[in-house]
Amino acid sequence: MADTIFALSSGRPPAAISMIRLSGPQAHDAGTRIAGSLPEPRIAAVRELRDPISGELLDEALVLRFDSPASSTGEDVVEFHCHGGRAVVDAVLTALGSIEGLRAADPGEFTRRAFEKGRIDLTEAEGLADLIEAETESQRKAALALAEGGLRKQIEEWQARLLELSAEAERAIDYDEDDLATGPGAARECGKLAAEFRDWLHRPRIEPLKDGVRVVIAGPPNVGKSSLINAIAGSDRAIVTDAPGTTRDHIEVPLSLGGVPILLTDTAGLRDAQDKVEAIGVARAAALVEAADVLVWLGGAGAAPTHSRLIQVHPKADLLGQGNGFTGSVSVSSVSGEGIPALLARIGDLVATLLPGEGAIALNRRQAQRIGEAAEALEMAARAADCVLVAEGLREARSAFDRLTGRVGVEDLLDSLFSRFCLGK
Amino acid sequence: MFDVLVIGAGHSGCEAAAAAARRGARVGLLTFRAEDAGQMSCNPSIGGVGKGHLVRELDVFDGLMARAADRSAIHRRMLNRSKGPAVWGPRVQADRQVYRAAIGELLRSSGVDIVVAEALRVIVRGGCVAGVETSEGVLPCRALVIATGTFLDARMFVGEEVVEGGRRGERAALALAGQIREIGLGQGWLKTGTPPRLDGRTIDWARLEEQPSDPEAWSMSALVDDERLPQLSCAIARTNARTHEIIRANFARSPLFAGAIEGRGPRYCPSIEDKVKRFAAREAHQIFLEPEGLKDRLVYPNGISTSLPTDVQHEFVRSIHGLECANIVRPGYAVEYEFVDPRALNATFEVRELRGLFLAGQINGTTGYEEAAAQGLVAGLNAAARALELDEVRFDRRTSYAGVMVDDLTLQGVSEPYRMMTARAEFRLSLRADNATTRLGEAALRADCVSEPRRRQIGRHFELRSSHAWAETEEGQADALYSPYVERQQREWQVVQRDSHVWIPRTLDFGSIPGLSNEMIERLSSARPETLDQASRVAGVTPAALSALYVAASRRAAA
Repeated sequence: MADTIFALSSGRPPAAISMIRLSGPQAHDAGTRIAGSLPEPRIAAVRELRDPISGELLDEALVLRFDSPASSTGEDVVEFHCHGGRAVVDAVLTALGSIEGLRAADPGEFTRRAFEKGRIDLTEAEGLADLIEAETESQRKAALALAEGGLRKQIEEWQARLLELSAEAERAIDYDEDDLATGPGAARECGKLAAEFRDWLHRPRIEPLKDGVRVVIAGPPNVGKSSLINAIAGSDRAIVTDAPGTTRDHIEVPLSLGGVPILLTDTAGLRDAQDKVEAIGVARAAALVEAADVLVWLGGAGAAPTHSRLIQVHPKADLLGQGNGFTGSVSVSSVSGEGIPALLARIGDLVATLLPGEGAIALNRRQAQRIGEAAEALEMAARAADCVLVAEGLREARSAFDRLTGRVGVEDLLDSLFSRFCLGK
Repeated sequence: MFDVLVIGAGHSGCEAAAAAARRGARVGLLTFRAEDAGQMSCNPSIGGVGKGHLVRELDVFDGLMARAADRSAIHRRMLNRSKGPAVWGPRVQADRQVYRAAIGELLRSSGVDIVVAEALRVIVRGGCVAGVETSEGVLPCRALVIATGTFLDARMFVGEEVVEGGRRGERAALALAGQIREIGLGQGWLKTGTPPRLDGRTIDWARLEEQPSDPEAWSMSALVDDERLPQLSCAIARTNARTHEIIRANFARSPLFAGAIEGRGPRYCPSIEDKVKRFAAREAHQIFLEPEGLKDRLVYPNGISTSLPTDVQHEFVRSIHGLECANIVRPGYAVEYEFVDPRALNATFEVRELRGLFLAGQINGTTGYEEAAAQGLVAGLNAAARALELDEVRFDRRTSYAGVMVDDLTLQGVSEPYRMMTARAEFRLSLRADNATTRLGEAALRADCVSEPRRRQIGRHFELRSSHAWAETEEGQADALYSPYVERQQREWQVVQRDSHVWIPRTLDFGSIPGLSNEMIERLSSARPETLDQASRVAGVTPAALSALYVAASRRAAA
């Protein structure tokens, strides 16, 4: 008989929500021992998660149960959608590990089981990109329904408007002889909707909330980047959430600032060589700088790279003769800690502009991509003189939403068409 | 011994018989009355938006409809002329008698034997069709096309009156209907309607808006016939508040609202009582007055199909401006008819569970001559393939409206009479009425079903395409206009197309696939998609089910 496996299935904490998944013959039994009882299959319910031995309260979580074979792996599955703190996640994983017969999943093991049960097919099969996408789409939908009901509604509203515009355009095409005037300015309506999509695309995304905001500290060698990182990490306002780790190119310090996950990145990991300052400072770090959500620049005012969220720091403010920096810069002393709170406040302000507001609806990368495609198609429709091309732009936009949600086919279009119009010849 | 027998000499049956004969089959065409072959029982017009596309496609395979329409056209109109060329819809008014004569002549020259008899029973031997028992004796055959239209089991409604029969004054094929139900193919009822026919001499044409025939001399067929009939004008009339009042006051006497008719009617061609009820706010509905022929006094008022009692029809017609003195020659009526779930067919229109039996036309839940004729072509070409062991001829929704229809019918089924519309074709920009030869010419040559003149015409067309002069042609200009969009679509399609290579074995038991819900098993079993790409279009099939299906299908292929 197969083992029952468990793992954290969402991104690394801290995050808004962390999802822990159990799969295997013992999943329901183990789930019951932690959650007290399991809801009906596919119905989310709130449960108190408790340590099965001590009875200690671990978290209050959304719990889902799936029965074999109707689950993502084809086996019995339980999902805990916990609060995304590291302590909580650790506690739940430890509790699960204490149950006999359960073990932590190997990397990719859920996917492998899903494949073995014929639930999904992954990378092996060539050309399955679409299906794989669809598979994650269904998972995404489940998450969406739970956590992002607002977005669902917004998407449905957009789809309804697209459908209405499409029906209007199709009526004009397939019912040439109908004596109703062609809908006024379908192209103009497409433009309006595209502008609305663009507006949404400019809003903060959900990824920073889940994956953390990338704050990059950069500047010429020996300006005190590492000292600054250490000073920040040592500050009581910033909680270091994991041990710093050195990657090939740079050092990353995950920390939490005012409850927001931040990935502080130090380009000091780059090999600094005096004669190559220009080359390295500009070319090599450029990639990191580019990827930065917020750039903290230690160096001369003129030398700072262009970045939309730039903080200029005047470092080593404690050293004699370094002055007070230049206008708009934050003077910081990594030695005395002076200026660190002000810098953190500045970082916090900029980070806030990247995060969805409290209760605001945020798009993830996938959704943004699809909506971007829809916007592009509608912009094409808005420029088109021929109603056939307007209809084509609308069809493309609907197809982008189809891929987003897996819904709306031609029958919906026809329903919409015929419920609204009276048709002649 | 016939290779192919066809039951029913309507638009579908005639095309099926002629197409099978063109592929070299010995074909018998069974009908109640020989002179009814190619009868237009409803609207005397051929073509339109989407429908015109089908006629042009049929023509590439040397079908009859386009040539008969050209010979009998008394009014031509290119619909959507003000819009992009992708949706231009060639449509002609045909002289009903000339059209029938033209079909009769084309049919005779195709070598089809017309057999006047009633088909009583399909003879099945060893799971295959072996012949037909008729009122005149047994006719053995290798393949059979049933194209009985509304004649299978049909009831006609004129107000409170109910008459059995598929067309006014004609009988229904009840014996055959019983057997089709026994085979397990009967599915449900649909309804369609027709307007009252008016006496043209009693219409005050001078007071109505005239709609002249197109001045341009375009034709339906690519093989242009020089003979042209004189062209007539149509006219446009409008219903008014008084008309609607009369109709509303008699709702209770309409079989539609009184509950006598259960079948679903087409939403796109509603009866006038439907329109008045559903669009109560509208003050007027258009009526196109279409002459039925040069020597025919009958006029077809397009837009007021009805099943109201005769006296109500008289009253409301006469409330219309210009029709105050109009006489009704034949009242309108609704027909409720039995149809077969087309999901029981594969993409050649052969019944999946009965080798050699093909179904085509209205029996598959469609409406319209053009839809019926195009299905006749598909069934006829493939019935000949079955009988003579030739290659199947399949139509793809990316390259033809016929393919769109085959795909929609056999995968989605129908819940109301299916009519072709350009909105159904996602590749509309490439599926134009002007480029049917480009799209299907090679397929027609491969099917070896065209005459020598057609073969030459297709050859000339491809020669022209590869010459410099191409850019100047109407089709070449349309190609250029749409090419950026078509390229976008092709990229979009390529992603989907990767899946289309995965064939689902015919013997695959959907119930045995791990992880499929009962609902998915039911949907897939009804539609029996042949490829993964088709499966993705089966209504309601989820991405997860497709993944499971993919795994099962590719494992079977590997095993």
